[in-house]
Amino acid sequence: MTTVNMTAKSATQNACKLCNPLGACLAFRGIERCVPFLHGSQGCATYIRRYLISHFKEPIDIASSNFNEETAVFGGSHNLKLGLKNVTQQYKPDVIGIATTCLSETIGDDVPMILREYETLMGSSAPLPIMIFASTPSYQGSHMEGFHAAVRSAVKTLAEAGPKKNLINLFSGMISPADIRYMKDIMTDFGVPFVLLPDYSQTLDGGPWAEYHRIPPGGTPTSAIASTGCASASIEFGSTLESHKSAAGYLEEKFGVTRHHLPLPIGIKASDRFFAVLEKLTEKPMPARYEDERRRLVDAYADGHKYVFGQKTILYGEEDLVISLAAFLREIGVVPVLCASGGKSGLMKKRLMELVPDLDELGIKVREGVDFVDIENETEELRPDFLMGNSKGFTMSKKSELPLIRIGFPVHDRFGGQRLHHLGYRGTQELFDRIVNTVIEQRQNASSIGYTYM
Amino acid sequence: MEANRIYPDPALVREELIQKYPTKVAKKRSKSIIVNDPDTIPEVQANVRTVPGIITQRGCSYAGCKGVVLGPTRDIVNIVHGPIGCSFYAWLTRRNQTRPETPEDANYIPYCFSTDMQEENVVFGGEKKLKQAIQEAYDLFHPKSIAIFSTCPVGLIGDDVHAASREMKEKLGDCNVFGFSCEGYRGVSQSAGHHIANNGVFKHMVGRNNAAVEGKFKLNLLGEYNIGGDAFEIERIFEKCGITLVASFSGNSTVGQIENAHMADLNVILCHRSINYMGDMMETKYGIPWMKVNFVGAESSAKSLRKIAEYFGDAGLKARIEEVIAEEMPKVKAIIDEIRPRTEGKTAMLFVGGSRAHHYQDLFTELGMTTVAAGYEFAHRDDYEGRQVLPSIKIDADSKNIEELKVTPDPELYNPRKTEAELEALKEKGLEIIGYEGMMKQMKSKSLVVDDLSHYESEKLIEIYKPDIFCAGIKEKYVVQKMGVPLKQLHSYDYGGPYTGFEGAVNFYKDIDRMVNNPVWKLIKAPWEIAGNGSSAGLEASYVTQ
Repeated sequence: MTTVNMTAKSATQNACKLCNPLGACLAFRGIERCVPFLHGSQGCATYIRRYLISHFKEPIDIASSNFNEETAVFGGSHNLKLGLKNVTQQYKPDVIGIATTCLSETIGDDVPMILREYETLMGSSAPLPIMIFASTPSYQGSHMEGFHAAVRSAVKTLAEAGPKKNLINLFSGMISPADIRYMKDIMTDFGVPFVLLPDYSQTLDGGPWAEYHRIPPGGTPTSAIASTGCASASIEFGSTLESHKSAAGYLEEKFGVTRHHLPLPIGIKASDRFFAVLEKLTEKPMPARYEDERRRLVDAYADGHKYVFGQKTILYGEEDLVISLAAFLREIGVVPVLCASGGKSGLMKKRLMELVPDLDELGIKVREGVDFVDIENETEELRPDFLMGNSKGFTMSKKSELPLIRIGFPVHDRFGGQRLHHLGYRGTQELFDRIVNTVIEQRQNASSIGYTYM
Repeated sequence: MEANRIYPDPALVREELIQKYPTKVAKKRSKSIIVNDPDTIPEVQANVRTVPGIITQRGCSYAGCKGVVLGPTRDIVNIVHGPIGCSFYAWLTRRNQTRPETPEDANYIPYCFSTDMQEENVVFGGEKKLKQAIQEAYDLFHPKSIAIFSTCPVGLIGDDVHAASREMKEKLGDCNVFGFSCEGYRGVSQSAGHHIANNGVFKHMVGRNNAAVEGKFKLNLLGEYNIGGDAFEIERIFEKCGITLVASFSGNSTVGQIENAHMADLNVILCHRSINYMGDMMETKYGIPWMKVNFVGAESSAKSLRKIAEYFGDAGLKARIEEVIAEEMPKVKAIIDEIRPRTEGKTAMLFVGGSRAHHYQDLFTELGMTTVAAGYEFAHRDDYEGRQVLPSIKIDADSKNIEELKVTPDPELYNPRKTEAELEALKEKGLEIIGYEGMMKQMKSKSLVVDDLSHYESEKLIEIYKPDIFCAGIKEKYVVQKMGVPLKQLHSYDYGGPYTGFEGAVNFYKDIDRMVNNPVWKLIKAPWEIAGNGSSAGLEASYVTQ
C-alpha cells in the first residue's frame, strides 16, 4: 500500500465516511439482548452513542473498557474483564458484542485471548453471555467494514451445522429500521421461514416503555443466528461486499449455504431481481400486494418521468447505497454525474458498470475514497440539479444553492431519518416521489409568476 | 398548581440508591451521592475514574480540548491527527455559532480536517502525513493559526506533534502552528482536555499582540462557547452597556482577539470548570483579576452586570447598566407573568456539564420551579463545594498526568489592575473575585447532589421524584422520554437558544413551558404508573470496581 493519493492531498477535509467501530456497534444493536462494548477509551463509546442517537433518536447504550494512561501502556486486559463483569451484572445480556478501537489495536491487545482467559476465570459458576468479537481498527476502512465484520463475526460465533431446513437468511446490510420492517413483511408474505440479521428495526425505532428495560426489546435472537448454518440459502445485499468479508460468504464456505449476492434492491430492476430470487427459492409467486406496489410504481414512473428526465445529480455516501441509487436513477432518466464515496473497496466502478453499462458514455464519474471538498470541487464543474446523500452534504448544498435529498446515514438535521424507506417497490416509490417533488419545488420557487397547479 | 408538592426525604432516597449496590460499590458511590446542606457544605467525591463497563455520559480528553475549548474560534484550522472517527464526531456537533465580520473573513468552523490515519501510518509513524496535512491546510487557506490535536494512537506510536508543529511553524513563517497532546485516554473525562487546551492557548496564543485596545471598560469573557448563539446575546448587552469585549474564550472568537486578550482589565468567567486555569494564569502573568459571573437567567444577568460595574467602580457605567436593566427587564417580566402560573411548583433535575447544572437552576427559579436533584458529568469538587476546598483536593494519578504550567509575572507586561486592598474591598461587597462558591451553596437544603450519575441512579431518581423535566444531553434524552418525562438538552439546546441574558431567558421560559405543559406526555404512561411493574425490573445496581 502507498500513501499516494489520486487527489494529490494527504489529509481528509470533511470526511464522507465514519469510523469502523461505529458500524460494528450498529450491527450489534440488531442482535436480541445484546450490549455493544468498545474496547478502548470512553470517548469512542460516547461519541459513537451520541452520533447514532442523533440519527435514530432512540437510547443507545455502548459500554467501554475506559482506557486510562496505565491501560494504554500496560494493556487493556484488566479493564476489559472488569467491564465485561459489570455489563453482565447490570444488563444480564444474552450477548456482549465486543469491538476494538484504534487504541486497543495499536497497542496490540489480543482480545480473543483475553476473552478465553475471562471465560476460564469466571469458570462455570454462572452462564456467561455469549461474546461476539469483531476486530474494527478505525485506521482501516470505514463504518461499513465494521458493520460487516460484526455481522460475519456473529454468524461465525453462533451458526451451527445441522440438517438443511426450509429457511432463508437475509443479510440486508446497513439499511433503515423502516426498510428492515418492510423486508420482514416481504419474507412473511412469501410464507417462508427466515432469519434477518441484523434486525435493529425495533431496538432503534421503538415505542415508549411500559416497563423498564435494561436492553430494549427486539433484535435477531441468538437461536435464530444459530440456525443460519442450516438454511437453504442466504440473500445478501451490498454490491461491493466480498464473500470473504461477509456473513453469507462464511456460511457458504463453512456450511454450503448458497449465497445469493444482490445489490440493495432500489428501483424496479433491482427489486425485480430480489423478488425473482425469492420466487425461485420459495417456489412461490410474488404475493399480490407487491405486484400492486410494482404496478403503482411503474404508473408513477410514467406520470412523473417528464419532471425528472435528464436531470443531473451527485450521489454520495456508502458505496453500496450509491451504486444501487445510481442504477435506480438511470431507470428514471436522471444522470448521476458523480457517484462518490468515502469508502474504498476498489470495486465501486466495476460493480456500477454491471448495473449501468453505459456509464462511460454518459460521462458518469465514479470516485472512491473522496471527501466533501473533492465532491464540492466536482459540484462546481459538473453543475448538477440536486444532490443526494446524508446530512453532511448540507454545507455543500447551501453553498452551491442546490437542493439536498436526504438519504442513508446520518440524517441528523431532519426528523425521521430512521423511518425513511429506500428499498423495494415501496421504498423506491417514496424516493421517487421525493425526487420529483424536489424538482417541482425548485421550479415553483424559481418561477417569477408562481404557480400552484401542475 | 402543584405548589404544595411533598418531596421524598432525600436521606431515604440516598439510602435507596445505595442499598442495591454491593458493599464496596456502595461505599464508593455513597461519597458521590450527597444530601445538600448549603450552610455546612458536605464533601462530594468528584473527578474520579468511571468504572469500566458502567455506561457513563462522560467524553474524552480530545473532546474537551478540541470540541469544547478550541472548536469555537473561527479562524484557527483545527487538524485532528488520527483515524477519521474523532474528527467526524466533533464536526459541528456542539452547535457553536460564529459571526465573521464580513463574508470574506475566515471561518473554518464548518470544516473537519483529519489526517485520516491509515494502518501504514500507525506502523511507520504519522508525522510525515501530519506535516503534509499542515502544508495543505496552509496552501489552501493561509490561516493565521493551525492547531493539531492528538487522538489515542498518536501518543502510543510516538508521533511528536509538538516537534512537527514547531518545524512547520518555522517553515511557514506567518502561521502559528501548535499541538495538543489530548489523547482520549488521558485523565478521567473531558475535563483533562479543558486543562490541556487552557495550557496550549495560554502558551501559544495569549500575549502575542501587545497593541492597546480602545475602550474604558475592557474585559474578556471566559468559558462561554456560543452554543445556540449565547455569546451573541451577551455581546449585545455588553455593547449596550458600553463594555468592551476584548476576547472571548472562545465563543464567536478570533485568533487576533485571543492574542490580544492580555490587554483587558478584567476576566469574567462563566464556565468555571473548563476555563478557570486560564483565569489563574492570566492573573499571575499579567495581573488581570478574574471574577465569576453568570449570564444564564435574567436576574442573574442583571446581577452580573452590576458586579462588573462595581469592579470598574465607575458611576457612569453603573448608571448606564441600571438603565439597560430597566429597559430589558419589563419584557422579561411580561413573559414570566404569563408563563409562571403554568410552571410554578413544578420540579426539575439537572445532570449536565461542569457548570450548566448549576446556572440553569436560576432560570428554573425564575419560573417558580424547584431543582430537586442536580449533578455534574465531569466537574471537580470546587465546582460543587466552592473554591475554598481547592487546597484540600487530593491529587490522584490521573490529575498528576496533566501538566501544570509554571507561570510567573511577565517582566514587562505584569500590571496588577487592582491592589490587594481594592480586591479585598470588592470581595467584601460580594463579588466573587478569584473565587467561586460552587453549586451547593445555592441549592436548597435537602436537595440531592450526585456526581457522574449512573444509568441506574437516573432511572431510580426519576421513579422516586417523577420530575416534570429532566435536563441532560442527547445520550440521556430518549431513555428519559421513554419514561414519559420530557428531557431538555442543555448541551445542544435541542436546536434552540440562545438562553443567556435577557432575550435568552425569554426563549428558555417559552421552551420549558412548551415541554412541561405538553399534551403528548399524557399519551405516555410511565412504567411506575402501570400496575405490577415493580422497580426490581429496572437496571441492576450491582457492579464491581476491581
